[in-house]
Amino acid sequence: MKHLDRREFLATSAAGIGAAALTGAFPSLASAADASPFKPEKDAKLELLRWSGFVKADDTIWAENTKKFTAATGVPVQIQSLNWPDVTPKAALAAQVGSGPDIVMGWNDDPFVYPDKLVDMTDVVENLGKAHGGWYDNARSYCFDQDVKRWVALPVGVTGNALNYRKSWAREAGFNEFPKDLDGMLKMARGMKKNGHPTGFALGHAVGDANSWTHWILWAFGGKQANPDNSIAINSPETNGALQYGKALYETMIDGVSGWTDASNNQAFLAGKIGLTMNGISIWYVAKEQFPAIFPDCANAIPPYGPVKTHTIANNFTSAYVFKYSKYPNAAKDYLRFMLDQAQAGPWVTGMLGYVTPALKGYADLPIWTQDPNITPYRDVMQGAKYDGYNGKPGKAAAQALDEFVLVDMFADVCVNNMAPKDAMRKAETRLNTIYKRA
Amino acid sequence: MLGYLLIAPAAIILLGLLAYPLVLGVWLSLTSATLGKAGEFVGLQNYATILADPIFRGAAAYSVFYTVCSEVGKLVLGLALALVLNQQFRGYRAARALMLLPWVAPTVLSALAWLWLLDPQFSALSWLLVQLHLVHSNVDFLGHPWPARFSLIVVNIWRGLPYFAIGYLAGLQSISKDLYEAAAIDGADGWQAFRRITWPLLAPITTILVAFSSIFTLTDFQLIWTITRGGPTDATQVFTTLAYQRAISGGQLGEGAAIAISPIVFMVVLAFFVVRSVREK
Repeated sequence: MKHLDRREFLATSAAGIGAAALTGAFPSLASAADASPFKPEKDAKLELLRWSGFVKADDTIWAENTKKFTAATGVPVQIQSLNWPDVTPKAALAAQVGSGPDIVMGWNDDPFVYPDKLVDMTDVVENLGKAHGGWYDNARSYCFDQDVKRWVALPVGVTGNALNYRKSWAREAGFNEFPKDLDGMLKMARGMKKNGHPTGFALGHAVGDANSWTHWILWAFGGKQANPDNSIAINSPETNGALQYGKALYETMIDGVSGWTDASNNQAFLAGKIGLTMNGISIWYVAKEQFPAIFPDCANAIPPYGPVKTHTIANNFTSAYVFKYSKYPNAAKDYLRFMLDQAQAGPWVTGMLGYVTPALKGYADLPIWTQDPNITPYRDVMQGAKYDGYNGKPGKAAAQALDEFVLVDMFADVCVNNMAPKDAMRKAETRLNTIYKRA
Repeated sequence: MLGYLLIAPAAIILLGLLAYPLVLGVWLSLTSATLGKAGEFVGLQNYATILADPIFRGAAAYSVFYTVCSEVGKLVLGLALALVLNQQFRGYRAARALMLLPWVAPTVLSALAWLWLLDPQFSALSWLLVQLHLVHSNVDFLGHPWPARFSLIVVNIWRGLPYFAIGYLAGLQSISKDLYEAAAIDGADGWQAFRRITWPLLAPITTILVAFSSIFTLTDFQLIWTITRGGPTDATQVFTTLAYQRAISGGQLGEGAAIAISPIVFMVVLAFFVVRSVREK
């Protein structure tokens, strides 16, 4: 199949995708399969373990695209979906026992925990990168293992983290537009709190929501977990600044954020209990679908920058990896290439209203990103995005520090437990030293 | 020879299903194994590492505190419930069946229900307390270390209460009525009958109930993981949640196994007292 370039694709996608969806007239599947450099093994069948979609269209369109793959190649694919934090342990067990799903669509630096167990994905990465404008830097950070020196996972994209707020409450606080820097945001948050509309950012062991905002603030002040040589760098004046800011922001929050799970901020925002939080676009999507009374007042904004004067966003990165125990690695590669190719990924991202921001730069031109100004921030979350363990070496140690909520707990110690920033930094430093030495 | 053959199936099941995982766990705890890598024998290094780790020491302390408080709560309330249900009143059979609900409901489901009950914004419990004018605003049950710790203990008591109640109910029904009649003739009041007859005769079953329940409680995972994931700031980490975090999420199998094996020390002590107590009876 001839790959359309981005412009050709976009020229046809707006009308073509809709028409294809309505008529069921998919592109020539047989030719798509013939053109693939990855030839599925005879009688191949695949099992995919992935996270359940946060928005309904994700699961539906992913399943439809999978059916198209089966129709084109004859390879059946069984999809098992799990609540997103449960994918990591399930994949870990599969790696340990050498049996389970052929492909896992997992999170963040999971592939770095067991890189030796994973198939080299370099060829698929190069194939897709060439066809779709290359990869964002973040893709390499999360999928190229520097120890084994190869791509151990195929970057898929991020469930981006932007700020979600109530426009009218921001206006009441004196802000017609969302502030561009952290000082402005704190002023707005204080104004909102004064008017009875607190903010809400998770500070409990909430895997996505607590890690996202604490990392963003840390990086925005120039703080970093480690240096490029993996020596620990958390105990610094920059981290101190971030903790002071976190404490000030915490004072604008609703009570109880230190016990929040990943669902809590969504519930509080949609119930009108808070006026500002950080989340994926799912919160806006659900408002659109189920909360018509508040939806017109809901807006999204790119996280403001701090003293470092550039955006420093922490997203939830998702990638797909194939276990070496799979009998059908070529079929798995072909499936993943097919799913991230334009004919499939375009409708997938569009249908989800941009819930997943692809790691391929070419998809930044999809019309969905500018269809509504509230979707656009989620296109831009890849720019300035950093990775867990920044500015150290991505890998096992960073993955373990994230799993142990070291940075989240450092912020919680200062905000909730009233620990002095220097003590909280020292505590985090001790823990990080242990983790990095062990890994 | 025939005897060995006859016990072989049971022995194989016991060795395969019980001994093998335990031995594997002990072996892993003595190695530097990580996910996907067998690692090397490192002796007691993992144990030295966790003993020096303040998070592990906190988890061990809370595990014991959680177990002791929960067991005391379950014992007292379970016995009280059994004494009530031992009476024959209208609907007592239905009451006995209903009592089992917390025990038979899937743990994760009941944990999710409690997560909602303890939610800082949408808690039905807080709403009730506000309506009763006992508090002015919602209670932050899970946001601070001690309220979170006690909240989890309450949930554990709620869940384990039926186990004690049904055990004690069986025990109460096995006590001969003659003893109470004789005591009444001798002029004993209710409290004296309880102290001199009921409690001593319930002692053996108390030992069994406490022993088994302590083991379940010390190794509790689902309730805590679902409600707090060990937070806030590791305040509600217990042996199991920390072992899971280190071994499965973090990939450090050796260290995780050492954490998981640690409560065996407490269990052996517990088992010793139980066996001694049963023998004495």
